[in-house]
Amino acid sequence: MGEKLLVEGNEAVGYGAIEAGCDCYFGYPITPQNEIIEWFSRELPKKGGVFVQAQSETGAINMVQGAAATGARVIITTSGPGWSLMQEGMSNIATAEVPCVVVVVQRGGPGTGGMRQVQMDYHTTVKCGGHGDYKNIVLAPASVQETYELVQLAFHLADKYRISVVVLSDALVGQMMESLELKKLTFEPLPPKDDWAVTGKSYHADGVKHMSLIVQGVPDSHYPTWLSFVKHLHDKFEEIEEKEARYEAIDVEDADLVIIAFGYMARISKGAIKTARAQGLKVGLIRPITLWPFPKEIINRVAKQGVDFLVVEDNIGQMIDDVRAALYGQCQGQIHLVSILDRASPMDGGLILPRRIVEECQRILAGGNE
Amino acid sequence: MSQIEKERVWVSGTPKLWRYYALAARQCPGCHSPIVERIICEVIEEMGIEGNVIAVSGIGCSALANFLWDFDSLKVAHGRPVDAATGVKRALHGRPVVFTMQGDGDCIGIGGGALIAAASRAERITVIMANNSVYGQTAGQMAPTTLLGQVTTTTPLGRNPEQQGYPIHAAELVAQIKGTVYSARTAVNTPSNYQRTKKQLKIALQKQIDNLGFTFLEILEACPTLWRMTPVESLQFLENELMAEFPLGEFKNIDEI
Repeated sequence: MGEKLLVEGNEAVGYGAIEAGCDCYFGYPITPQNEIIEWFSRELPKKGGVFVQAQSETGAINMVQGAAATGARVIITTSGPGWSLMQEGMSNIATAEVPCVVVVVQRGGPGTGGMRQVQMDYHTTVKCGGHGDYKNIVLAPASVQETYELVQLAFHLADKYRISVVVLSDALVGQMMESLELKKLTFEPLPPKDDWAVTGKSYHADGVKHMSLIVQGVPDSHYPTWLSFVKHLHDKFEEIEEKEARYEAIDVEDADLVIIAFGYMARISKGAIKTARAQGLKVGLIRPITLWPFPKEIINRVAKQGVDFLVVEDNIGQMIDDVRAALYGQCQGQIHLVSILDRASPMDGGLILPRRIVEECQRILAGGNE
Repeated sequence: MSQIEKERVWVSGTPKLWRYYALAARQCPGCHSPIVERIICEVIEEMGIEGNVIAVSGIGCSALANFLWDFDSLKVAHGRPVDAATGVKRALHGRPVVFTMQGDGDCIGIGGGALIAAASRAERITVIMANNSVYGQTAGQMAPTTLLGQVTTTTPLGRNPEQQGYPIHAAELVAQIKGTVYSARTAVNTPSNYQRTKKQLKIALQKQIDNLGFTFLEILEACPTLWRMTPVESLQFLENELMAEFPLGEFKNIDEI
């Protein structure tokens, strides 16, 4: 048993990063992730790490790109409006192929929106908000413990594929206190970085200059033609889709209805399933842990049982697009949605309560579709 | 090693770090950018820091040298080299000599906020800003440094202060910021200015190595193609018009903040 702490999800980001050997933090204050930037300013220098509060999120993400190009393990954290500002940098990071971890603690939008929990940045993280053809790996924690563990996984996947990995937290998971058991996760060995890291020519084993570029397909760039670079990215994304999809499945074997939900809505759905099962309703849950790559395979497998699906997400319906795409041509049943419009309270602190999800399960399973 | 890498040649009498290749001449005849790129090589070679130097270029005509320079470099987004250079310098705990090569639009236009912030943090980097008073790579639009009355593709009637305001003086501005230990403006239009530029770049890099603070060098460059002039006319324009608005000199040179 590791040491046990009582901490917020936002602080768990810091503990996870330290466990993963994080070298640098760059960021800019924004609610509801201020606990993270404050944590790093306090704790990272003690470990010999680098902390810089940038002049903007645009500045911070470009500092990340520079630092990551040296081979350092780099993390940045933000929320909605700051995440919007970082999209230019995310696109350039995708071309430079420098590994980095971004924690997005979602808040309401569009615009300044609210500062409380939502799941409105599914599209901007999973579909990517910057220009061009690229992908972020997106991990969605549902608890403080899982935030800590997925941050460690994020550093590993970032280095493994030289890609940006987003940990998609939110105001609820981020600001909720839970017990956290510290334990360093172990992963397979990673490829060395010395064949690409930009550290100064005499610090390379081969003594040949290194360049980190946001342009490819020009003379002397790593990829001789532009299309060969696009193909390389395509192959990398295919490999990730094949190998890295992660999910949790509960009670799906005998289910008539399967809820698909991520983050805190999966957690609330678990409560709903208990109630529904007690009432004799055969309801299961698939919780995508990776939002990209989306766990299509398990959803398809369950669809073959002839179930209906209920997507539960705290936005007006974003992940449901990926569920529909995964099930296209595969599903005999219906795909239903419980959305932010089903919240119990109209204020920004409101939530979709388990009771509402159970009601929807009852309605669907009673065959009362319309 | 790519085919083009094999075809690189080192031209006798030029800096060894300046590996030119004939296939891809990147700038127009009469452009001053290659002169600046060469000066950078000479200075790095003379200071003996080529193994520990990292260049960061942005987007623009002045930022095409990554492939020519035989030392480590990054190429990042338009306006972002100062931030990326900060990341590089910090992540390597201050060890390498880090400089940016940017145009005026990159440095004081879209990247102006980053420049001021980095100078305020006394970031131990050197920013080299080429000032040719127009956007080059996008073919001649108004820059933050465009002179009053100057015709560009987005000021077809000449820059009018009522509409487009006034040119910005980056070297003087950066000199006002507390974290700056060196700020100067120079040119490469004559042999003496060539030598002055070399000397000032050495001072700036040395102050960075000595961990004193932020250093900045603005270099006036001729752009015959987009000024719609012959190379000789462009030199006259640079001396008579550009230097009148942007005087050469050192605006700050201190050893302690």
